[in-house]
Amino acid sequence: MNAPLTVEKANLSPKDFATDQEVRWCPGCGDYAILKAVQKTLADIGAQPATTVFVSGIGCAARFPYYVETFGFHTIHGRAPAVATGVKLANPELDVWVVGGDGDMLSIGGNHLMHALRRNVDLNILLFNNEIYGLTKGQYSPTSRVGTRSPSTPKGSIDRPLSALNMALGIGARFVARAIDTQQKALPGILEAAWRHKGASLVEIIQNCIVYNDEAFAAFTERSVEADAQVHVVHGQPLIFGKERDKRLKRSENGYGLEVAPLGEGDPLIHDQTDRVLAGMLAALEPPMPVAVGILLDDPAETSWERAVRAQDAAERRPDADLGAVMRRGATWTA
Amino acid sequence: MALARPDESDERRLTKRAARETAVVRFAGDSGDGMQLTGAHFTLATAVSGSDLATFPDFPAEIRAPVGTTYGVSAFQINFGARRIKTIGDRPDVLVALNPAALKVNLDDLADGAILLLDSGAFSERNLKKAGYVSDPRADGSLDRLRVVEMDMSALTKEALAGTGLTSREQLRCKNFFALGVVLWMFDRSRQPTIDWLKKKFADRPELAEANIMALDAGHTVAETAELQRMPAFEVGPAPMPQGLYRTVTGHEALSFGLVDGALKAGLPLVFCSYPITPASTLLHDLARLKQFDVTTFQAEDEIAAVAAAIGAAYAGSLGVTSSSGPGIALKGEAIGLAVATELPLVIVNSQRAGPSTGMPTKTEQSDLYQAVFGRNGDTPVVVLAARSPADCFEVAREAVRLAVHHMTPVILLTDGFLANASEPWLVPDIDAVPDFPVRFATADSGPFRPFERDARGVRPWARPGTPGLHHRIGGIEKQAGTGNISYDPANHQAMTDARWNKVLAVADEIPEQTVDQGDDEGALAIVGWGSTHGAISRAVTTQRARGHAVSHVHLRHIWPLPRNLGALLRRFDHVLVPEMNKGQLVTILRSEYLIDAKGLSKVTGKPFTIAELEDRIEAVLSPTLVMEKSA
Ligand code: SF4
Repeated sequence: MNAPLTVEKANLSPKDFATDQEVRWCPGCGDYAILKAVQKTLADIGAQPATTVFVSGIGCAARFPYYVETFGFHTIHGRAPAVATGVKLANPELDVWVVGGDGDMLSIGGNHLMHALRRNVDLNILLFNNEIYGLTKGQYSPTSRVGTRSPSTPKGSIDRPLSALNMALGIGARFVARAIDTQQKALPGILEAAWRHKGASLVEIIQNCIVYNDEAFAAFTERSVEADAQVHVVHGQPLIFGKERDKRLKRSENGYGLEVAPLGEGDPLIHDQTDRVLAGMLAALEPPMPVAVGILLDDPAETSWERAVRAQDAAERRPDADLGAVMRRGATWTA
Repeated sequence: MALARPDESDERRLTKRAARETAVVRFAGDSGDGMQLTGAHFTLATAVSGSDLATFPDFPAEIRAPVGTTYGVSAFQINFGARRIKTIGDRPDVLVALNPAALKVNLDDLADGAILLLDSGAFSERNLKKAGYVSDPRADGSLDRLRVVEMDMSALTKEALAGTGLTSREQLRCKNFFALGVVLWMFDRSRQPTIDWLKKKFADRPELAEANIMALDAGHTVAETAELQRMPAFEVGPAPMPQGLYRTVTGHEALSFGLVDGALKAGLPLVFCSYPITPASTLLHDLARLKQFDVTTFQAEDEIAAVAAAIGAAYAGSLGVTSSSGPGIALKGEAIGLAVATELPLVIVNSQRAGPSTGMPTKTEQSDLYQAVFGRNGDTPVVVLAARSPADCFEVAREAVRLAVHHMTPVILLTDGFLANASEPWLVPDIDAVPDFPVRFATADSGPFRPFERDARGVRPWARPGTPGLHHRIGGIEKQAGTGNISYDPANHQAMTDARWNKVLAVADEIPEQTVDQGDDEGALAIVGWGSTHGAISRAVTTQRARGHAVSHVHLRHIWPLPRNLGALLRRFDHVLVPEMNKGQLVTILRSEYLIDAKGLSKVTGKPFTIAELEDRIEAVLSPTLVMEKSA
């Protein structure tokens, strides 16, 4: 069996989670901010380098494990959730984080993301969404908006983009959150909640690719507009936003969506992070509606997949099982 | 309730039986007729009687093909005898055909004079038409060359079960046990193991157990009373077998035991990750039933996820194993490359089937040897092993585990559709006779951990997450020797590529030298085989040697790296012939490795080589030699 793991909290600082490797993202890339927030989160939660594993696929984001002073496995394109599933299956005691971009996890690896979420493997999945392929030099991705001009779509892309969070909710994910690379205050809290959630957690991190898709999210991340263009959702708190905190979300007349209304006329909607239907409506908000940021859904199951698998296996395990006896069982004869 | 059964010892005294050294029986019927079960029970009775045997099920690809069609025919063949049995037999001596379609599909395989046991009750005009017959073969002379025994098994079964209260349909479902009763009588085999099994199987529904036993007994009795007319009766004695406890085993059963034994000996939990594919899936089923050991099975979302999860498990310190057939192995190729690059142990089982693409999923072939040895991007060496028989799968699986974990390398284990499903008697091995080979994981030393520091054999340490002080990063990007840090340095890539290559070649230092399976280690002709062709080659070589030909049989377990002495051994023969169920894959490797003029013998019909095909070729190769010898 696996070596017993120490459970005490490590008393490490964010700096202790930096490696001696030169970070090779473009200057100004949103990945730097995310790395910083992750290192802070690891310090905050008292992560042990020995029992923490970062697994990634391929892409700019997937270089992440080289920069975190824990165990790290940089695998192949799209397959990180599947490799991580194997890691958890072999040793459920490990804290396993999966890092990848929109091309890695929604295009080539979409199937694995889907099934890791469906099974509810206890993974903290960080999806860096920059709506572009960076490492391969700027092609459009499955989250690029219609009309995106790129080397592979010089006249603009035709494909409709997918919503990672709505996809995750449809699959049955039980922790779904959105964060923004530059929001250093909010990001560690969301990451910590993802870590606390026992089961698969998906955090979509809006990440600016300064080289190939700069300002793709400016419509809701620019300092000047963000207060009016984002709604920060907090469990049990009213869904209000705006520079003057004067706008609220309400159920639309037909009941199937959300609308913006001035605060004051009627009660604001209260966020309930266990409400999957509300999470779906929040995830679907796009400019000009305010983009929902924060923990949209956190509704843990009784147990995570790998623990259920191990428990089922453990019930069948017989420490004194004798392979020779098993092989001799059934119809045998002597010559 | 039980019918009075004639005393079996009385029977023996009364019946004159023709002695035979071996016999091949094929049971064929509709896929709903229960032919596999019938075959399995005839096998059990034959095994218990002490004959050696080999069996092979041949079922249709369609799960529920329309009743009565030729593509819905399911068959089961057994070769058994009073001598060692090495193949399933070239041609059936007895064909049991439960409907016209079964006759049509199998007729050509019968030699003149073979026995054909027909259920005449199934030869209705409708069934003949469904099988594609324009005239009744029983009436148009096409069966004249055979010894035909017609019996209305459908009616006789119904008659025997008339008082049971079962519906007519339910009664007919017992027809296969009637047929079994007939054939058990024909070869003087005991019904008892089947009766015991039925009672256990239908413990909750004793009326069904009883009905099947009644059908079995009825078939037996009818055969006996028909004896005076034309029912043939044979005596096939016990074979000289090494002493010990036997059971029958299929290749996949043996493989599952071998993997578990390997995991136990290595001291590792086994994490088996797979995706359903014919004919590999039964391995997943077999391992899912061995959870009393530290075995976890995972049915992944696809082939790639299966190998990726196995790699993840290996990274985390378990024995990661994945399995598939050719198409699935193709999908796993990139991930196998990752395991090569990160130098993690991994066992990949390929139950080969006829290709390319989907090919013929239920038919056997050996055409993935190139794929195993070469089929990845980059210089990506892995260890390749091949099992030769169902029983051999046990040892080869354990060997695959040992080499993987002690050399930190992926190992591809080749079986095929034939080996996976075929069964044979297995002298159950004493697992304690082979010593444990425990894995030693890395532990923290002084100084920073160097994940790509190699030992004298070129093997890197296995460092499990969870081990204090060992955290490090690995990946598919080229790594700096020693530290494992990303490196694009030209000289380093050369050194690392060489190191990976040499590490796998060095496995040859730890595997046995190639021995000669049969015959001398020099002579006129060496037949070099690998995998499931072993039995047919072995029998053909035995026969040819008995005729005085200087032919030897060399059978490879280690496909890559090849045994150190193989080249020198083969050079001691005038001719080298390599029969393979592909277009000549091993033969190409042997030619390129040793610059010898090895010749191939290719067969890709989806069926194993027959002994006769091999003998013909041996004679063809040797005849010029013989002529030369005579003229000299
Ligand atoms: S290409 Fe874009 S995503 Fe990649 S490192 Fe540069 S800025 Fe970041």
